[in-house]
Amino acid sequence: MYKIIVLVKQVPDTRNVGKDAMKADGTVNRAALPAIFNPEDLNALELALEVKDKYPDTHITLLTMGPVRAAEILREGLYRGADAGVLLTDKAFAGSDTLATSYALSRAVRKIGEFDLIFAGRQAIDGDTAQVGPQVADKLGIPQITYAEDVISLKDKTVQIKRRLERGFEVVEGQLPLLITAHSTAPDCRPRNAKRLMKYKRATTLSERHNVSDDYLSANQKPYLSITEWCAKDVDSDLAQLGLGGSPTKVRQVENIVFQAKESKVLTTDDGDIEWLMQELITNHTIG
Amino acid sequence: MNNVCVYCEIEEGKIQDVSYELLTKGRSLANQLNVKLEALIIGDSLAGMGKEVSKYGVDIVYLADDKRLYPFTTLPHTAIAVGLFKETQPQIVLMGATSIGRDLGPRISSSLTSGLTADCTDLQIGEYEDKKAGKKYENLLYQIRPAFGGNIVATIVNPDNRPQMATVREGVMKKEILTESHKAEVVNIDVNKYLNDADFAVKIIERQIEQSKVNLKGSSIIIAGGYGVGSKENFNLLYDLAHAIGAEVGASRAAVDAGFADKERQIGQTGITVRPKLYIACGISGQIQHIAGMQESAMVISINNDPNAPINKLADYVIQGNLENIIPKMIKYYRKNIIAPCPLRGGPRG
Ligand SMILES: Cc1cc2nc3c(=O)[nH]c(=O)nc-3n(C[C@H](O)[C@H](O)[C@H](O)COP(=O)(O)OP(=O)(O)OC[C@H]3O[C@@H](n4cnc5c(N)ncnc54)[C@H](O)[C@@H]3O)c2cc1C
Ligand SMILES: Nc1ncnc2c1ncn2[C@@H]1O[C@H](COP(=O)(O)O)[C@@H](O)[C@H]1O
Repeated sequence: MYKIIVLVKQVPDTRNVGKDAMKADGTVNRAALPAIFNPEDLNALELALEVKDKYPDTHITLLTMGPVRAAEILREGLYRGADAGVLLTDKAFAGSDTLATSYALSRAVRKIGEFDLIFAGRQAIDGDTAQVGPQVADKLGIPQITYAEDVISLKDKTVQIKRRLERGFEVVEGQLPLLITAHSTAPDCRPRNAKRLMKYKRATTLSERHNVSDDYLSANQKPYLSITEWCAKDVDSDLAQLGLGGSPTKVRQVENIVFQAKESKVLTTDDGDIEWLMQELITNHTIG
Repeated sequence: MNNVCVYCEIEEGKIQDVSYELLTKGRSLANQLNVKLEALIIGDSLAGMGKEVSKYGVDIVYLADDKRLYPFTTLPHTAIAVGLFKETQPQIVLMGATSIGRDLGPRISSSLTSGLTADCTDLQIGEYEDKKAGKKYENLLYQIRPAFGGNIVATIVNPDNRPQMATVREGVMKKEILTESHKAEVVNIDVNKYLNDADFAVKIIERQIEQSKVNLKGSSIIIAGGYGVGSKENFNLLYDLAHAIGAEVGASRAAVDAGFADKERQIGQTGITVRPKLYIACGISGQIQHIAGMQESAMVISINNDPNAPINKLADYVIQGNLENIIPKMIKYYRKNIIAPCPLRGGPRG
């Protein structure tokens, strides 16, 4: 049996954002962007679940740092086969860059306790930084294998991974414990399981239970319905390394870019317009 | 001390273009700061590499030469870079936003507790005022990158922690030899000072590097499709036009995410940067992350059914309407007006 932790993040859906995603003033219309399970974190979860398929007494804990609302993806992970969820939430985390985030996550991993494997997504689509996985591995002092698309084998303490590179691939072998980041070419995550959905749909965090008036669901009666919630103090973290203050990178300024509009010639779909354009491009040797 | 250092990447005995591009940028940053430019090369059989990079204006080359150091694995390269940087204290470290740089960079930055900004599209030197702390800083590295949200560009700084680290994608900066005769001091690193057995915990069993099938950077005409193309099938219209006029097909990230085109065709901040003679944007709205990768195109044609699509502002010609109608007509009238056939290029599989 293996003890696995999967790092998951809730992100605004930056894919396929249509015209309504931007407001007229050029800022993001957050309401038009649903919050989703970061896509490559689902690949990470699937790689963990495949280990569990092979070694059924494997235990998978999902860990996320974010606002109270991020518990949504922990439930989503429980529906798909994870065993437990931990939400790390605190005002002290606000404004964290990747280094402060990894520090907080590494403290939470320590608190979760012993582990054999940590899976993370390669990158989160809100920033595409791909930094948090390797930085967590560094803080924990364990090796990393990035861009995994397949766990080729796992036996005792040895794992073989196929890694996707920008041109080609590598097969590497490492000794547990280590951290693996999942690439989008890893298998898609299995869908929700109907039975698990029924079981976990009322699983909540402490903050969520504070927010609902009818408190008929006592987590004490059904401990599996409790999603663990920790704050900065719970994971014994050094406040100086958290949040904005603990982030070496600062945003100096944010600029709205106004493009120098070119004198553009506007054409219609009429045959005459298109023929004129193609002739123009051929005549001035742009094409042909 | 406090120099600018570029981590140079090696593949099959050759230093990668992205490293040369960063050395060129690094040279100009070092000039502004009045410091030296350093290159760190970690690998196997590095004889002659010092000379290779010195042309780009490098003053000091650190060579970590050991047969265990190629191909790249994370921990040994981290140990050497971290060990060296603790001694040499560079103020700026630059690396490629490649599968190597994005694996190594965060590891180094965590070890040294220094900030790291990914996928910068520009690097400059400037000042910074922390009003809250009442502190002023001079000569910081401005790490400039498009930010999520509208046409917004953010400037990131690392006021207190060193080194200031940034990754940049291939093609974003220009590669330029300074002078053939520029000489660098070569320093051979004693790797055993930094390495121990535990650093070789991850072993490479098999490795296959393929040649890229898509040559966007080398293409003078690019036809790029966005989410507005609508489907993978509709992308065939773009391949057809590319065949006809001798072009390569690119894509926006939304089109790649939707599965219409392969990732290696993605143009933009987190894809490829291109500077073609002609860029035809089909069904692309023109978000800043996309523009970052194509704004230096000499001529832009936008095909879009939304007259207010932001990309139209960059366009020399805007064809308003549905691309399904327009592209077949472009092929038809191109064929009608040209006599000589073009070399076949740009098929969906290369
Ligand atoms: C960290 C980060 C990094 C990113 N990196 C990149 C990057 O490298 N490259 C990149 O491209 N994006 C990148 N993006 C995404 C970027 O913000 C946009 O989401 C993306 O570029 C939008 O793609 P699009 O223009 O194809 O889609 P949309 O914005 O959906 O635009 C589709 C366009 O098609 C038009 N259209 C629809 N139907 C038709 C039709 N039948 N005929 C003609 N026109 C039609 C519409 O009017 C619209 O203008 C990144 C985002 C983030 C957060
Ligand atoms: N706040 C977070 N909580 C949990 N995991 C995270 C968080 N941020 C990042 N990660 C993990 O780190 C990966 C890389 O994120 P990033 O460095 O932001 O691109 C993600 O795919 C997640 O697996």
